[in-house]
Amino acid sequence: MGLVHEIDFGTPVSKSEKQVTLTVDGFTVTVPEGTSVMRASMEAGIEVPKLCATDMVDAFGSCRLCLVEIEGRAGTPASCTTPVTPGMVVHTQTSRLKDIRKGVMELYISDHPLDCLTCAANGDCELQDMAGAVGLRDVRYGYDGDNHVFAKRNGGENFNWMAKDESNPYFTYDPAKCIVCSRCVRACEEVQGTFALTIEGRGFGSRVSAGMQEAFIDSECVSCGACVQACPTATLQEKSVIQIGQPEHSVVTTCAYCGVGCSFKAEMRGEELVRMVPWKDGKANRGHSCVKGRFAYGYATHRERILNPMIREKITDPWREVSWEEAISHTVKEFRRIQYQYGRGAIGGITSSRCTNEETYLVQKIIRQGFRNNNVDTCARVCHSPTGYGLGQTYGTSAGTQDFDSVEHTDVALIIGANPAAAHPVFASRLKKRLRAGAKLIVIDPRRTEMVKSPHIEAAHHLALKPGTNVAVVTAMAHVIVTEGLFNEAFIRERCDWSEFQDYIEFVADPRHAPEEVEKISGVPAETIRGAARLYATGGNAAIYYGLGVTEHSQGSTTVIGIANLAMMTGNIGRRGVGVNPLRGQNNVQGSCDMGSFPHELPGYRHISGDAVRDIYDSLWGVKLDEEPGLRIPNMLDAAVDGTFKGIYIQGEDILQSDPDTSHVSAGLAAMECVVVQDLFLNETANYAHVFLPGSTFLEKDGTFTNAERRINRVRKVMTPKNGYADWEVTQMLAQEMGLNWNYQHPSEIMDEIAKTTPSFAFVSYDRLEKLGSVQWPCNEKAPEGTPIMHIGGFVRGKGKFIRTEYVATDEKTGPRFPLLLTTGRILSQYNVGAQTRRTENVAWHPEDLLEIHPHDAENRGLRDGDWVRLQSRAGQTTLRAQITDRVSPGVVYTTFHHPDTQANVITTDFSDWATNCPEYKVTAVQVAPSNGPTDWQKDYNDQARQSRRITGRMEAAE
Amino acid sequence: MVMQPASTELAARTAAVISELKDLEGPLIPILHGLQEEFGYVPQETLPIIADALNLSRAEVHGVVTFYHDFRKEPAGRHVLKLCQAEACQSMGSDAIAAQVKQKLGIGFHETSKDGAVTLEPVYCLGLCACAPSAMLDGEVIGRLDADKIDEIAEEVRS
Repeated sequence: MGLVHEIDFGTPVSKSEKQVTLTVDGFTVTVPEGTSVMRASMEAGIEVPKLCATDMVDAFGSCRLCLVEIEGRAGTPASCTTPVTPGMVVHTQTSRLKDIRKGVMELYISDHPLDCLTCAANGDCELQDMAGAVGLRDVRYGYDGDNHVFAKRNGGENFNWMAKDESNPYFTYDPAKCIVCSRCVRACEEVQGTFALTIEGRGFGSRVSAGMQEAFIDSECVSCGACVQACPTATLQEKSVIQIGQPEHSVVTTCAYCGVGCSFKAEMRGEELVRMVPWKDGKANRGHSCVKGRFAYGYATHRERILNPMIREKITDPWREVSWEEAISHTVKEFRRIQYQYGRGAIGGITSSRCTNEETYLVQKIIRQGFRNNNVDTCARVCHSPTGYGLGQTYGTSAGTQDFDSVEHTDVALIIGANPAAAHPVFASRLKKRLRAGAKLIVIDPRRTEMVKSPHIEAAHHLALKPGTNVAVVTAMAHVIVTEGLFNEAFIRERCDWSEFQDYIEFVADPRHAPEEVEKISGVPAETIRGAARLYATGGNAAIYYGLGVTEHSQGSTTVIGIANLAMMTGNIGRRGVGVNPLRGQNNVQGSCDMGSFPHELPGYRHISGDAVRDIYDSLWGVKLDEEPGLRIPNMLDAAVDGTFKGIYIQGEDILQSDPDTSHVSAGLAAMECVVVQDLFLNETANYAHVFLPGSTFLEKDGTFTNAERRINRVRKVMTPKNGYADWEVTQMLAQEMGLNWNYQHPSEIMDEIAKTTPSFAFVSYDRLEKLGSVQWPCNEKAPEGTPIMHIGGFVRGKGKFIRTEYVATDEKTGPRFPLLLTTGRILSQYNVGAQTRRTENVAWHPEDLLEIHPHDAENRGLRDGDWVRLQSRAGQTTLRAQITDRVSPGVVYTTFHHPDTQANVITTDFSDWATNCPEYKVTAVQVAPSNGPTDWQKDYNDQARQSRRITGRMEAAE
Repeated sequence: MVMQPASTELAARTAAVISELKDLEGPLIPILHGLQEEFGYVPQETLPIIADALNLSRAEVHGVVTFYHDFRKEPAGRHVLKLCQAEACQSMGSDAIAAQVKQKLGIGFHETSKDGAVTLEPVYCLGLCACAPSAMLDGEVIGRLDADKIDEIAEEVRS
């Protein structure tokens, strides 16, 4: 094995198509125009010594180590800042250069501690490497003079010395080891786009400073780790490396947090994970990461992780640890009993968007083949099901149209109901980079998110609409485009159904859709809507990125259709830089949808009622599949309350916390006779479980995740499952106990079955993934290497379909009792229900959910910043602390749902999308009032949770 | 360091300076000069306000402020005396001059006398090498410093 070493070319790749040939140390090399001499040399296999250059950031030319001599030119130019020219003859090693480099190196080392043997970067230090490369043997300058190395100088205090900053939970900043190469500052600016670091002072006094000489944790730093990765010394160093030491081998795998699907090298020491380093060849992230993916993996070894199967008769009993055999046989016996007693349809299951494609495929398979019904659903029900419906209807596929690289060619980005800076941070960094290069931005969001305004980024238009009015605003944009003649007639005539467009024109041109009318409903000034529509239609390549702020509404599907209409009428589909891109929330929510997790669809989005499709599985699985769609999650819960649904197998999902109207969910679960939860932790849903099957983390199994750009990425096992089995093995044991003939030896065999039965995956195999790194579906004989951009030359469904988008206000309305609108979202450091991130040091940034409220609304209620408030809706109430901010408009309040103590979903109602039942999380009428502390409900809930987490013979499991 | 939010009055005066200069090309340095003129120094609490107005990070503004020695972190004394410590003046005895001045005024470099009368600062070349050792008092240059002139300066700043 060994470490995966990535070549550092020193400067970024040039995308020029013109080639230039030059000679470096006698070797001829041809590179694109605009390439630096340094990179060209590296391409020829010749490494020029360097310290301030790294290929993630632009050349800087400060370290003076990479000097070269070029025939016909005077002096010794820096190879990083010198572009190649045709016929150039470069010498990288001459006696003159050697002397200069040695002198420069000697000066660097003269202000650097010589504790190399005990330094955390020992073995991974570029300064050390360069000292070796230039042959430094002696440093003539002592430490008697000014230095930054020692706390004391000549018996007194050394004012140049600065103490180590250990405030960030994941890395340290040791100014004594800093060589002021600015790589961290540039990585923060160019790669991450946060601008949290600077060089303060000048000359010998120059130091790296987070914010205004603040501690890292208090500064603007978002802890993405790009600076740590860029640092050539131990100045910025992962605490895990300080603690453990250097890794000895690495395995490339895929992050298990959001839908960006970043590729990482898991750097290991034996079976111990030392650190995660983003992989530069990862096509989604291109070598970047966020705080979650890089650092927040501690949950995998958290003490609260459950490692033994457990069962209990009643949910009021304490848990009893049992063997895997007993747990499996008990589960199957219970399920069979329930089916015998209440009917075949009395059980079902939920697949996980956190697990692999292979595992998801198996869960829906056991339900269809073993349970013999279609009662399977997945968490996409509560997030992006409207995307599936809306894009399926209009374009013919239910997935994003672009790859992430496409953003580099975008001229206008339209973000609707998404805050990528918090929920899809690596994509946000890539978008911000493009915006700094001149692309324009439109944001439609009730809240002034980080994307609306942050250093060097400012949206041209921010449509701060009233929650629930997406359809009206999107339709008003279409109105402007149509009535002002900004649509792309040629595109529509060629790719879409012209008569349907005529119908849409007739609908949308009606004055009731004019921005001036919509302003009255949405609160967005008409001129802002007009400006946004004009910019989107005429600003060049325009791309739409949207999130759950679009889908989680009673008209979620309608908004998706409206978005699809906008892209079609302006011809912004089917090439680089444009498209419609749902930002999928979870690592494998795209995959779980692809894998047939819905009650009406088999893998590859084929309806269960299709005889031909069912035949494929009937013959392979040797059963007759039910042709009727099964129950959706809300239907299962309703049926449970009604007494007709009694058992459920839930893999890796916490529906009690994540699904709307918590009281209804708990009532449903409590009414069941056998709830089986397979998870890492005793999550909130497990409080109602009868069987607990310990799950495995993404580090403990092989498989694939499919990200938001339809990219199938490999997940690779780096350590033995602590619970004994990968999740796919557990499902297989259940299937075997049910008498099904399953015998998968490796997840690759499951993928082979998927490829064999699903046309859009036909050519996917582990061999191909190994060869290509990753592949975007569809991947079949038409596209053997996958499909980065969809709908090129024509839509998948044939002609693009325009559908009318009538705005219908939600039934959830404000009134005297509930005058405010609550909308929910996420924060950077926490992930979803927080089961993972709450069990990492990420809590340093977000220890509790807060209620954002406008100063005006706060003053009306006599609230001060940090006060406890009661948040009440028609569905329920909870308490949390208020944060007063004008990021939200008057009349709107906002919170996150990361913490079970808050249970924001006690508040949300059971209104849902008309087409897909996706819950309306984003709009709830509420009242906010001062409070003394937690509500009775919260106290009861906590008591109940504590009771239900007892394990016989163990200390009480602490949450 | 602990950050103190700006008081309302300070914030209002800062906003006024910013709004006057914001539309210049490269407005940061003019704004910093404007603030130094307004307050006599650049209060640390104004930096986040500038950052927000110009859509920069706090770090960036901090980097620029600390790069230039002439932007003060705290108010100066009523008089500012700058002694040249660059090469030419050093060769003409500026080290000894500096020692005398420090003794006379009872303060070191970058310090302000307790009565707020004078701030002493080093400067690296006033372009007055022909008349070294040189100094600058409240913007007026002084050449060929010697003991007498130091006495004169001391008297002036005390008056």
